[in-house]
Amino acid sequence: MLEIKDLTCGYNQRFYLKGINLVIDEGGFFGIIGPNGSGKTTLLRAITRILKPKNGEVFLRGENIWHIDFRELARTIAVVSQNVSTDELNVGEFVLLSRIPHYKGLQFLETKRDEEIADNAMALTDTLKFKDRLMSEISGGERQLVLIARALAQEPKFLLLDEPTAHLDITHQVRILDLLKKLNKELSLTVIIVLHDLNLASEYCDRVALLSDGAVYKEGFPRDVLDYKTIENVYKTVVVVERNPVSLKPYVFLVSEEEREKHKKI
Amino acid sequence: MSKTTIRWTSQILILGGALLLIAALSLCLGSADLSVQTAIHSIFSGSNTTEHNILFEIRLPRIILGFAIGGALSLAGVILQGLFRNPLVEPYTMGISGGAALGVSLAIILKLCQSMGLLTLPFAGFLGAALVIMLIYTINIRKKTLKIQGLLLTGVMISFISSSFIMLIMSISRTEDLHRIVFWIMGSLEEPSWFLIKLMLFTSLAGLALSYIFWKDLNALRLGEEEATHLGINTERTKRALFVLASLLTGCAVSVGGIIGFIGLIIPHLMRMFIGSDHRALLVGSFLGGAAFLIFCDTLARIIVAACELPVGVITGILGGSFFIYALAKRGKSIA
Repeated sequence: MLEIKDLTCGYNQRFYLKGINLVIDEGGFFGIIGPNGSGKTTLLRAITRILKPKNGEVFLRGENIWHIDFRELARTIAVVSQNVSTDELNVGEFVLLSRIPHYKGLQFLETKRDEEIADNAMALTDTLKFKDRLMSEISGGERQLVLIARALAQEPKFLLLDEPTAHLDITHQVRILDLLKKLNKELSLTVIIVLHDLNLASEYCDRVALLSDGAVYKEGFPRDVLDYKTIENVYKTVVVVERNPVSLKPYVFLVSEEEREKHKKI
Repeated sequence: MSKTTIRWTSQILILGGALLLIAALSLCLGSADLSVQTAIHSIFSGSNTTEHNILFEIRLPRIILGFAIGGALSLAGVILQGLFRNPLVEPYTMGISGGAALGVSLAIILKLCQSMGLLTLPFAGFLGAALVIMLIYTINIRKKTLKIQGLLLTGVMISFISSSFIMLIMSISRTEDLHRIVFWIMGSLEEPSWFLIKLMLFTSLAGLALSYIFWKDLNALRLGEEEATHLGINTERTKRALFVLASLLTGCAVSVGGIIGFIGLIIPHLMRMFIGSDHRALLVGSFLGGAAFLIFCDTLARIIVAACELPVGVITGILGGSFFIYALAKRGKSIA
């Protein structure tokens, strides 16, 4: 269980998160949504110990994350973030870097087991075929899959992702989220994912937290959080919420200004 | 053994072989040319011949010092570049050499040499370097985090300030002092004290051993500081420890050998092209490469103009710089 208690933090004197309280159960698929600048990424950075809170605490399985050993934390939480500089590494080397927190004291080379775990992670994400390609030579969608492979090879209990589907086509969006869902179900990996796309969040997440201005505006099942009033309040945009005819989950439609004008006249 | 291990082993062996070859060549070449047979013969023939003296009293100390200083500078360079993730950082951009040069210049004009003999100048140099290291460190440590970009800027500024002070000192000092300052700044592997040579050798080998404590950290830092934290690296501790390690290596090298530029910039680059960016092989590879390169340059400096020794810093600059441009142009875009 990941418990965020009264968390306030930010950069320098500006506070981006104000008094966040959240409980994220293990084994779930938890979405963090909200407009640009609402503090989604900041929240992830606070959970992964990049950002020191001004106030409040984050507890991982009952222990304050700032008291957990760095390597121990890395063996429990893996992160797929947006800005990874991938250097001139090839895919295989890059994925193997995930084994760093698992190295024993004086271990100097990867063991057979490390390589097997990395290969498995690449097989799961269908990236084994790029193993010898350079990170700079693969496409954006493939790169995201490799980042997920690296996080998996870290053998975490929690997988945190920061907009893994940004700038991807629908094929890759669905592929990545299906993969995450499968990992969530089969390996009971807890997934905490920042998503921009409300409809993807609605389709895949068990629970979502909607952030607005650095605070949790609403938290719960997607069907409760994603109603048109809440969304219009937070995003300041006119929307219509219907149901996806197949999954019966909420689907958010946008309305252009032209259409809004037309409707006003009628 | 895996493919990577075999590749690394062979690359390290090639570098080690090149180092031995260059060292042997350097032992034989000089103003008194010794053939390989005479050299080998004189090694076993006892300590009274002229050849034996040339080999063991003049050339061998230089080779050992070249090994230690070249290795230390190149290692400091590869550590700093890994830490800053900036390929243009080298030990001397941190202002450490400026501090050392200022310390030495002060010692010369204040006539401190009488008091401590041979060790005065290296000691003054090290003191200057250490002061600069502490200054840069305290300026840039805020709220318990070391700001990497700030380190670089303060380093460059301190270089400027200290070189201005050195010019001031030079402008008011007498000709003989002036000559000594200039001579020291140009850098040389001529070092009469065996004690300092041994100390330098010990420092650089210890530095190499210590740097291996941080190979995981350096490898993880290739992805950026945040990613390294995600991989379980205590980046704050690592940054501090590596900054101090690289600074001490540079400080020692500068105070014993004077300013020998470019090694810490070029060799790590070339080694990255040759070995790749995995620090497990890169650290020792850069050390060996730097050692071999400095011994080679020193040999050239001794023999290129007969009966006259050129400053070795000139050779490392010209040779290293041109080779670097060549390698860059050949490799094309993908260096940074």
